[in-house]
Amino acid sequence: MKTEIAGILEKHEGDRGGLISILEDVQARYSYLPAEALKFVADGTGRSLVDIYGVATFYKSFSLKPRGKHLCSVCVGTACHVRGAPVIAGEFERQLDASVGATTEDNEFTLETVNCLGACALGPIVVVDGHYFSNVNSSQVKRIIKKTHVGLDEAEIKADRRLYLHTVSCSRCNHSLMDPDHKIDGSPSVRVTASFERKHGWLRLSSLYGSFAVESEYPIRSDEIVDFFCPHCHTDLKGASACPLCNAPMVAMLVRAGGIVQICSRRGCKGHMLDLDGAGV
Amino acid sequence: MINLKINGLEVSVEQGTTLLEAARFLGFPIPTLCHMEGLSPYGACRLCVVEIGEGPRAKLVSSCTYPAQEGLVVRTANERVLQARKMVLELLLASCPQSKVIQDLASAHNVRQQRFRQEHEDCILCGLCTRMCEEQMMAKAIGFRGRGETRSIGTPFDIKSEECRLCGGCIYVCPACQLRCTYTEPDKAVCGGCANLSPPCVEKENFDDMMCYMNPCVACEIDKH
Repeated sequence: MKTEIAGILEKHEGDRGGLISILEDVQARYSYLPAEALKFVADGTGRSLVDIYGVATFYKSFSLKPRGKHLCSVCVGTACHVRGAPVIAGEFERQLDASVGATTEDNEFTLETVNCLGACALGPIVVVDGHYFSNVNSSQVKRIIKKTHVGLDEAEIKADRRLYLHTVSCSRCNHSLMDPDHKIDGSPSVRVTASFERKHGWLRLSSLYGSFAVESEYPIRSDEIVDFFCPHCHTDLKGASACPLCNAPMVAMLVRAGGIVQICSRRGCKGHMLDLDGAGV
Repeated sequence: MINLKINGLEVSVEQGTTLLEAARFLGFPIPTLCHMEGLSPYGACRLCVVEIGEGPRAKLVSSCTYPAQEGLVVRTANERVLQARKMVLELLLASCPQSKVIQDLASAHNVRQQRFRQEHEDCILCGLCTRMCEEQMMAKAIGFRGRGETRSIGTPFDIKSEECRLCGGCIYVCPACQLRCTYTEPDKAVCGGCANLSPPCVEKENFDDMMCYMNPCVACEIDKH
């Protein structure tokens, strides 16, 4: 733990007021603030432990107790309260068998109440892992918990209208890159040949815009820059532009409906752009 | 030098002097609980309120944190100030009714009623002890924790602090728990100012960490004989 904390401190070296960011990083790593970690932070920053403890207990987003995998916040602000938030909080307590502020025994859920999320018109509101559920009634509680167990991100792809399917083709030979036999996110995937570290193999991307699901023949390390080739004409799909986020080369593919989609060639980078006019070719 | 008027009297004070210091220099008494010479001003207890300004723009400020300004008009004991102080005392009395210091102050300010529910807290969060620990003892063993209703003073994780040297400075300055033998259980904390026939601290080996500030301590006297 000591080396990990030292790494976090090194990252924030120089910014004097960086205590909150340091604690945020520590909490992101351990899901809570272990007592030992606070001592290391105190030693590393030269502050006294009592100062750090004071900050850690002052902010509600910091937790000194281990938290569950999913954080479930029930809004009990005035507007949600009058619309029956206490009943919903009670229902969560019953369903999860954990009181407010506590974590379930299997470390899956941490239940907490928040005072206002600023979306009073949609109340009562429940937020699970950053996903908002509005106008919740107590009969929906069971479904929310079940949905969380399945995975909230998966459910989103089906429900969210902003994500849509696109069919892409090679910018050189115009051959379709779609692979209807291999599905990712429940829709046909985009198949290309990936090459890195002298390995060549298939790589399949989700065809849903906004989904970053990827499958590949060989495991690709995070941050690795991969060369993409068309599996039909073996042209390098590398585009002319660089990723706005990480400066790696972008990979360009033609969208059937017209225009170009570009994705970053770095594994794990979420840089992408969709240019439907094709003006930026 | 800065010229200002306190209760109608002209006074010149040095740059950086607080209103509290200036008023005390002139001999006007202002009660405080959280102010102590040698510790940084904190403005927590609000007992030292004074009125500054004139007419409709007159306002109440805490004199211990307000620096003297050129031409300022200060009133330390008009009706509005005394009313505010009485209210503060009534509230303090409700949170710490057992404190001798607060009782005496309330009595001196003619507080005859106490309309709020008694809380029997043992702390008014004045921060004297934390400042004592940090600024005079250079230890920083205790500090504020939590926020709002759950705000409290103590060591991190409520365990014995490595920085604490058991100097007793915190208890010495405390206006709420002054001269209370802490014993080991808070419920039995008030031992009657060591007027007990059998003070609990006589069996000293049982209470290694116990700190007693009775001077002279009856129990220790008994022990000697």
